[in-house]
Amino acid sequence: MRGLGFVLALSVPMLLSGAAGAADVKIAYVGEISGSGAVSGGNFRDGAILAVEEINAKGGILKDKIALTNYDTQTNPGVARSQMQKAIDGDPYVLLGPIFSGNVKVTNQLVKDAEIPQFIGGEAAELITMGNPYMFRTSFGQQIGMPKIANYIRDEIKAKTIALIWVNNDFGKGGRDRLMKEMAARNIKIVADVSTESGQADFAADVVKLKSANADAIFVYSNEEECARIMREARKQGLKGPFVGDTTLLSQKTIELAGDAANGVIGHVGLTADAPIPEVADFTAKFQKRFNYKPDHNGIKGYTAVYAVKYVTEKKVGKFDRKAFAKAMHGLTITPKDEPGILIETGWDDVGEIDRISFLAEVVNGQQKIAKTLPKLGK
Amino acid sequence: MLADILQLLVAGLATGAIYALVAIGFTLLWQTSQTINFAQGEFVMLPAFFVLIGMSYFGLSFWPAVALGTVVSIITLGFLFKRLMVDPMIRHGVLPLVIATIGLAILMKEAVREFYGADAQPFPPLAAVTNVSVFGAAIDVQSLVVIAISIAAVVALQLFLNGTRTGRCMQATAQNPTVARLLGIPVERMILYTFLINAALVTLASILITPIYLAKFTNGEWLGLYAFIAAIVGGFNQIRGAIVGGLLLGVIDNFAAAYLSSQYRMALPLLILIVVILFRPQGLLGRVEERTI
Repeated sequence: MRGLGFVLALSVPMLLSGAAGAADVKIAYVGEISGSGAVSGGNFRDGAILAVEEINAKGGILKDKIALTNYDTQTNPGVARSQMQKAIDGDPYVLLGPIFSGNVKVTNQLVKDAEIPQFIGGEAAELITMGNPYMFRTSFGQQIGMPKIANYIRDEIKAKTIALIWVNNDFGKGGRDRLMKEMAARNIKIVADVSTESGQADFAADVVKLKSANADAIFVYSNEEECARIMREARKQGLKGPFVGDTTLLSQKTIELAGDAANGVIGHVGLTADAPIPEVADFTAKFQKRFNYKPDHNGIKGYTAVYAVKYVTEKKVGKFDRKAFAKAMHGLTITPKDEPGILIETGWDDVGEIDRISFLAEVVNGQQKIAKTLPKLGK
Repeated sequence: MLADILQLLVAGLATGAIYALVAIGFTLLWQTSQTINFAQGEFVMLPAFFVLIGMSYFGLSFWPAVALGTVVSIITLGFLFKRLMVDPMIRHGVLPLVIATIGLAILMKEAVREFYGADAQPFPPLAAVTNVSVFGAAIDVQSLVVIAISIAAVVALQLFLNGTRTGRCMQATAQNPTVARLLGIPVERMILYTFLINAALVTLASILITPIYLAKFTNGEWLGLYAFIAAIVGGFNQIRGAIVGGLLLGVIDNFAAAYLSSQYRMALPLLILIVVILFRPQGLLGRVEERTI
């Protein structure tokens, strides 16, 4: 019995030292680390990891180190729900992800009930209207990006007809519906409406359909890997374009995978590692050094989300209080002067929608070239 | 319209030719050793990564990396697969081996994901990305190269099986291993040859298809399924059946995606499979209870 007491006496300090880890501020990333969304989810995760490492090296948030835990949704809504529950059970201060809109939707109620601030990567228009006051975007919703692209198609390309190819998931469907609406408002006719599947590998038949539509421009709206495969197939079949799209079509990963086939692609990018902004260039160099590949917009989203957590907690709330955090986020604008890690001046409105500058870009010789910087909507 | 049909036909034949190469492997293994390899799709996925490893880790240029990848694939997917998995398992019957190959497929997939990551990787094309105009249709050269190489591979295989002593010994082994053994044919060695040929075929399929679909750890999932269906539809006990099944599936898949529905294109091969099993269970070109290669 005395032996047992001795063991217990020894265990108490050990348990206490273990509990020192519990004083860390927990952030959980629930994202698409594998499956068809791995490109997006992996980039977001690595951006978050980089920010966490930097912040921890400087003492953490309110002197507490960040403990980042990753949960893989496998790009599967069923798995996403269980992983989100697991993450919530770990009692995180803030949630990052998911990146795919469908996974954001299926996990929304869990997060809302848990009342944990959440920085999502999903861009589907309806996400922010689901009534979760703890949800904040890290990139534009489609209702903001699509009008900018529609104006570009009308004013710069001067297209009267559009052939549209899109991925049949929540992200693609939301974008397609929004684009249809914007095109109709500008009297631009959709002459081909080609739906494809997430993870699809063979696009020969789909590109034949685009070709036979003979449109003034082709709008590609899919995830990075599929965008690259579409572009490769389009070039193989001699489809000339012009090819227009949003951030995913011009992302670094799409360009890497598509190779020369990506050249000439034009479109709107909400965030890009090639943005002509010194803070973004610094981030890109640090990311590339740390992970040995060039980040895309998702890397920036993960990175800036963690810095937003740091800034709001330290400067606006002063303690780890989830409710106060969410309240402080609404209507907030963070500038790089306030927090260099935010990279670009960013604001959130009263429902968590994001506002920042964006870019019109073109892929030239395998590089994304920024043609024009578009102002914040609020300016 | 004619141009569209021609383009769909060529693209379908190119995809179908790759299914056919993989389906032939299914047929060969079944004929000589009653092995059904449900890791066949992953066998197609893996060689591309061997080539990429040769290029990125050993700094080789493309063709030396292909040579390295081919040798490594033939050793691992042919020799080692037979010695380490098939030989110990086959004596317990077909079903345990089938389950073992399903396990192997998962292992290979996850191993590639762990080692190389979940992202797709670009893979160098065999031919320049350009096209030629035929009756107004822009036919891409890459598809023509895929078809030509696949035809050459099948013709070479047929010449080997029918025109060489070793090939005829392999056929004898497939038809009746007991009699073949009595005639002095080294049956075990002949069976090993079929595993090595299968490994070579999947390596070829891998190098042909990966530039188009990109290298990704999940590539084997649908490839294996399509090739398996192609082998059954064509006739599991005939090489020519596997060829016809593969080409048919590739062409039908493309036309269905263009003129019926992209959403249901994955269901169509399964529908064809059900129809064939119901009305011609031996396959379109297969023969009842016959085993030849």
